[in-house]
Amino acid sequence: MESVLGEKIREILANHGKLAVDIAEITDTSDLYAAGMTSHASVNVMLALEDTFDLEFPEKMLTKATFSSVQSIAEALTEIGLD
Amino acid sequence: MTELSGNASVAGEGSDFRRALTSMVAVAAENAADVDHNSRFPQEAIEAARNGSLLGAAVPSEFGGLGLNIAELCHIVEQLGRVCSSTGMVMAMHYIQVLCLSRHGRSEYLQQVLRRCAKEQLLLASATTEVNIGGDSRSSSCAVRALPEGQIELKKTCPVISYGRFADAILVTARRNEDAVASDQVLVYLPADDYQLNKTFDWDALGMRGTCSEGFEFAGITEQAGVLDDLFEKISAETMLPAAHTLWASVWYGMAAKAGENARTVVQRAARKNPENPPPSALRLAELEVSLQSMAELVRSAIARYQAGWQSPEVLESLQFAISMNTLKVASADLVRKIVGDAMLIVGIAGFANRSPLSLARLYRDSIAPSVMVNNDRIYNHTSTLLLVSRGER
Repeated sequence: MESVLGEKIREILANHGKLAVDIAEITDTSDLYAAGMTSHASVNVMLALEDTFDLEFPEKMLTKATFSSVQSIAEALTEIGLD
Repeated sequence: MTELSGNASVAGEGSDFRRALTSMVAVAAENAADVDHNSRFPQEAIEAARNGSLLGAAVPSEFGGLGLNIAELCHIVEQLGRVCSSTGMVMAMHYIQVLCLSRHGRSEYLQQVLRRCAKEQLLLASATTEVNIGGDSRSSSCAVRALPEGQIELKKTCPVISYGRFADAILVTARRNEDAVASDQVLVYLPADDYQLNKTFDWDALGMRGTCSEGFEFAGITEQAGVLDDLFEKISAETMLPAAHTLWASVWYGMAAKAGENARTVVQRAARKNPENPPPSALRLAELEVSLQSMAELVRSAIARYQAGWQSPEVLESLQFAISMNTLKVASADLVRKIVGDAMLIVGIAGFANRSPLSLARLYRDSIAPSVMVNNDRIYNHTSTLLLVSRGER
C-alpha cells in the first residue's frame, strides 16, 4: 500500500476510531473491530474519511467489511476513484 | 449457511405440522388466563409444542427437524400471539436461538447439539443482557475463560434470562477471551447440566407475565466446542437481530389482529341490530383498519425481505437491511400498543372488563411490553447513527 495513504488513514483512525490499542500497533491488516472500534465509531471514521478525501462512499460500500482494516479502507478509497 | 427453502410438504394443509400447531394454539389459549394470573411459565403449551415436534420446527430437516423457513416460523408465533402473548414470545425467543445455532454452528459437537434439539425437543433460552450494560447485546463485560482439557468457564450477571429456569440450554454472549474488547464477542451454547442459575430478581410485571423474565447470576463450565464458529458480530447481523425482530413483530401482529377481531365483532353486532343506521363505532373501526393494514404489510414485507436475503451475507450486512430491521421493531412495537389501545375504545366496557368473552385487558397490558422490555430508544439510537451515513436507499 502507498504509505502516505496508509498514514492518513491511521491518523483518522487515531482521532475517530476509539481504538483500545495504540495506533502504532495497528498494521495494514489488523482487524479494527477486534482492536475496539465499535460500529458507532466506524461511522465517525467514515465521515472523517469522506471529509478528508472529499469523496462519498456509495451505499453498497457501507458495510462492516469496508472499514475492517487500514488495507480494506485504502482499497475502498482507491476503488471509488481516489488518485 | 444452511439451506432453508421452506418445507411445503411439512407445512401443507392437513399435515401433522398443521394438526400440531392447531393443538398447541388451543392449549395456549386454554391456559393463557392462568399463566397471566399466576405469572407462571406456559408449561402446557410448551409441552404441546414438544409433543407436536414444534420445538424442532427451525432445525434443518437433515438434522431431524421440520426445516421450516423464517416465514413459516413467523406464522407459528403469530398464531400463538393471537391467544397468549407470553407463549408466542417464548417460542419466538426459542426459534431465534435455534436459528443462531443452525446457521452459525458448524462443528461436529454443535451439529450433534442440533440433532438433540430435534430429537429431544430441547427448549433454548438466551442470556444477552448484562449488568451495567443493559440491553445492548453487542457489548459484553464477561469473558470466556479457558480451562485445561478443552473446557471453558463463563460467569455472567444477567438482569434478565427469559424463562431461564425452564430451558434445557442457554446461549450466552461473552467477550471472546479475557483480553478481548467489549464488542469482540462470541456466542456460547451451554446445556442445563453445565451451569447454575442463582435467581436475583423475580418477575412480577404488568404484562408478558408468562415469559418469567427473571434475573440471575449465571455460572457455567462447558466444552470449548460449545462456542459457535462465527463471531457474534456476524451472528447478530445475519441472524439474531433480524430473526428476533421478524419473529417478535409476528407475535405482536398476532396480538394486534386479535384486538382488531374483537373490535370488528362488536361493531358488526351493533350494525346487525340496527341495519338502517351504522353505529358510530364503524368509523373508528375503519380508522383501526388503517393501523392494522399498515402493520400487516410492514411485518409481511420485512419477513419477505429477510427470506430473500437469507443466504446473502452481503444483503444481511448492508446498512439498509440493518436500518429496515431496526425500524420494523420500533414501528411494530408502537403499532401494537396503538392498535390494542384503539380497539379498547371500540369494544368499550366489554373490552375493559377482566372477565368477558371480548376482554382486551390482558392484551392491553401485554401490548406495552414490546416498547418497554426491548427499549425502543436504544434501537432508535442505533438507527440514528446508521442514518448519519445512509444514502437513503430502502
